[in-house]
Amino acid sequence: MTIDFPHFTPWPAFAGGLLIGVAAAILILMNGRIAGISGIIGGLLRPNKGDLVWRLAFIGGLILAPSVFGIFYVLPEVQIDASWAILTIAGLMVGVGTRYASGCTSGHGVCGISRLSPRSIAATLIFMATGFATVYLLRHL
Amino acid sequence: MLISFICGLLFGLGLIISGMANPAKVLGFLDLAGNWDPSLAFVMAGAILIGFFAFRYAGRRKTTLLGKELKLPAAAQIDRRLIVGSLLFGAGWGLAGFCPGPALVGLGMGLPKAMLFVLAMLAGMVLFEVIERRRGG
Repeated sequence: MTIDFPHFTPWPAFAGGLLIGVAAAILILMNGRIAGISGIIGGLLRPNKGDLVWRLAFIGGLILAPSVFGIFYVLPEVQIDASWAILTIAGLMVGVGTRYASGCTSGHGVCGISRLSPRSIAATLIFMATGFATVYLLRHL
Repeated sequence: MLISFICGLLFGLGLIISGMANPAKVLGFLDLAGNWDPSLAFVMAGAILIGFFAFRYAGRRKTTLLGKELKLPAAAQIDRRLIVGSLLFGAGWGLAGFCPGPALVGLGMGLPKAMLFVLAMLAGMVLFEVIERRRGG
């Protein structure tokens, strides 16, 4: 392993992380909900009364974030190397997987670990390890 | 509704500022054996630092600051669904470098590849619902 110092951005990463934490904090303390993206999207597929609007509003905010950011700053460059076929397979796996696991990087990784939930810590360790293993297989074998 | 919107917006801005809206950067973190970019760990640290205190406070309350019901997850079991689901999610994450949040931000940037990923992800979630309903879930 070597550290990729030219790409390593600890301070913006930490600052962005704080902002994500603030968003999760406001959502739980004001609305009483967990900021788990896969759960918020997935909940749209089994709608309960009075449950739809806050989900759509949150997703709307997330989707509009680049436009709002773009008013003040130039958007950072985004690089998607995966092919269309791989993106389709990966999307399916992320969709099914996060629903079975009841959470993703936000719900388990951020909110769950913040709650010190053993279930979320286990989920995060598993998907991180699988992510590391997948990239290793793709790039180094 | 306005609060949810603002939370989504702040969350998205956090993803953009932290660099996590960029799949190449996420894959840079997942590539431990290569040229490793530890940034994602710093994002998690920042988010959990705030989250830890927020959820500790939330855990002591029965209602939110606005008097609404406060829904903290009750499930505690590390069961097969959690394990298999996380394995599947981790593999998909490693393949593309996208997890659900950054994919939606990418959609908001109008990136065709992010749109395709979101569509496939939604299809996967629908598939989950279909399987669960067949099994009587």
